Amino acid sequence: MNSIHPDKNGFYGEFGGAFIPEMLYPNIQELQEQYLGIINTTEFQQEFQSLLKDYVGRPTPLFYSKNLSAEFGAHIYLKREDLNHTGAHKINNTIGQILLAKRLHKKRIIAETGAGQHGVATATACALAGIDCTIFMGEIDIQRQMPNVERMKLLGAKVVPATSGSKTLKDATNEAIREWINNPVDTHYIIGSVVGPHPYPDLVARFQSVISQEIKQQLFEKTGDENPDYIIACIGGGSNAIGAFYHFIDNGKTKLIAVEAGGEGINSGKTAATIALGKKGIIHGSKTYLIQTEDGQIIEPHSISAGLDYPGIGPIHAYLHDTGKAIVVNITDIEAIEAAFYLSRKDGIIPALESAHALAYLKKMKFKSDDVVIVNLSGRGDKDMSTYQKFMNYEH
Amino acid sequence: MSTRIQQLFSKKNRKILSIYFTAGYPTLNGTIEIIQNLADAGVDLIEIGFPFSDPLADGPVIQQSSQKAIENGMTLKLLFEQLKNIRQQTNIPIILMGYLNPVLQFGVEEFIEKCAEVGIDGVIIPDLPVDYYEAHFKNLFRKNGISNILLITPETNSARVQMIDALSDGFIYMVSSNSITGSENNLAHQSDYFNRINQLNLTNPTLIGFGIHDKQTFESACKNSSGAIIGSAFVKHLTTYGASKESISEFVKKFK
Repeated sequence: MNSIHPDKNGFYGEFGGAFIPEMLYPNIQELQEQYLGIINTTEFQQEFQSLLKDYVGRPTPLFYSKNLSAEFGAHIYLKREDLNHTGAHKINNTIGQILLAKRLHKKRIIAETGAGQHGVATATACALAGIDCTIFMGEIDIQRQMPNVERMKLLGAKVVPATSGSKTLKDATNEAIREWINNPVDTHYIIGSVVGPHPYPDLVARFQSVISQEIKQQLFEKTGDENPDYIIACIGGGSNAIGAFYHFIDNGKTKLIAVEAGGEGINSGKTAATIALGKKGIIHGSKTYLIQTEDGQIIEPHSISAGLDYPGIGPIHAYLHDTGKAIVVNITDIEAIEAAFYLSRKDGIIPALESAHALAYLKKMKFKSDDVVIVNLSGRGDKDMSTYQKFMNYEH
Repeated sequence: MSTRIQQLFSKKNRKILSIYFTAGYPTLNGTIEIIQNLADAGVDLIEIGFPFSDPLADGPVIQQSSQKAIENGMTLKLLFEQLKNIRQQTNIPIILMGYLNPVLQFGVEEFIEKCAEVGIDGVIIPDLPVDYYEAHFKNLFRKNGISNILLITPETNSARVQMIDALSDGFIYMVSSNSITGSENNLAHQSDYFNRINQLNLTNPTLIGFGIHDKQTFESACKNSSGAIIGSAFVKHLTTYGASKESISEFVKKFK
């Protein structure tokens, strides 16, 4: 089975590591020393798998879309992560991390959120486990994602506005890290993507790898071959993408395509296409590509999708890109909106704006008629209705 | 040959007053004036912050001064330009403090060589981990005579404190509590921590920082170490009263 692990210091090639201030050293060291020992026990895996099945609703279906297949001239399957409890893949990770936090005897959870999907998934896991929960969310994101803010509150979480910097995901992450510095002993920080200092990228990737594990089995049942020709996934930090890629890396067949948010176009100055524009540096404790000035100041990204609106990219993806093991492309705001409308009307599925970026790339591909293509539909679009409504008005 | 930092501590090992300010704040070109005014006011050591857009270990005051400094146009390149004749002006030990990403973009080697060239004595890079420093940069720092000032916190265990002591060649920055900069915690609650560190008989002196903001917290820090570092309180003072000679002298007097 192919998969990907960092070295003992948390590096994937030159990317990753743990570039953290000394104040975070004990927290991170505890996690580094203990995470594998805990999550690899049979007892942990039994509880985790049982919750994924009965609480999250896994396995999620692998849906063969006749309509998309006819349109794009290949065999196109949708991995329905949108059908998970809370409406996205994020909960795979938060269930895993809450079980880890309990075994580390933590009394309190903090997390960052952009669109609110990870915040809702964290608040959900905390409610289930009976652990106190505080979510940091950019002040601007709170305004544009109000339904998710209300969901988190209903689930019993405290939502703290991040008022520093640009008041979006990057700043919510900064505030969560600062809160962890202030509360190093009793608090666990549930990062929502494959970003941050080691061991987070590996930890989150392992919890999300269930996506590709299921794809393998499901595809084998449907076609007799567990390996597709292509897997397409959207990428901000990159947790759904690594989950979908994990067991297909280096298999000699499957082409892995990660779709970044191009925003208004990569040369518009309003984009979140990190690989297209980024240079190597440090963000949130990890060496990776990030969008920055030549003096090393991090530049505010832009995407219509709050979940992809991040100036960095997980170090695993930086490594996969640099070694040619994955191909990173980008899709603009408008192309994503068009793809979301297309899927809604063609297949009766309203996708999240994030996932619509992956779908939109189908149009740019040239497939052979027997190609098997998987699109990871990472989340559902309910949270994006206000954005979609604006564009529906233009249609008339 | 001993460094300016070592000379300072051999002359004076108590009540050392170290002041931090963010380069480029409140005005882009005030760096030299602030250094001169601090030195004239009788400060022992100066820390110049070079701004970063995402200062993880800093509270709201230094976040805002950093953001303003970036908007004003401060860069490492400009800072070194401003500092190029500083040693013709003052002999006070000067430390640069900032985050790793701007240093990486400048080039770590170029950064350290430039520090040596203009007469900087040490650097504090909070997100450069100790083990990474030792493996990759220690020789570069040593070759150029630049001290790497390392941090310890209440959660740093004693073995690690001793390891950090062995890697240090100036002083150790003792973070007063589990906090980001600018939080005004009660130092009286930290006596176990301070006693534990003092009983280790470290080779390097310690300065206490984070949360030192008035005479009382300064005195309390001085009882437990060779002195204290004041950052957010001074930046706040600059915001309200400006960087004139009178303003800065007024601020420093409060701690004398």
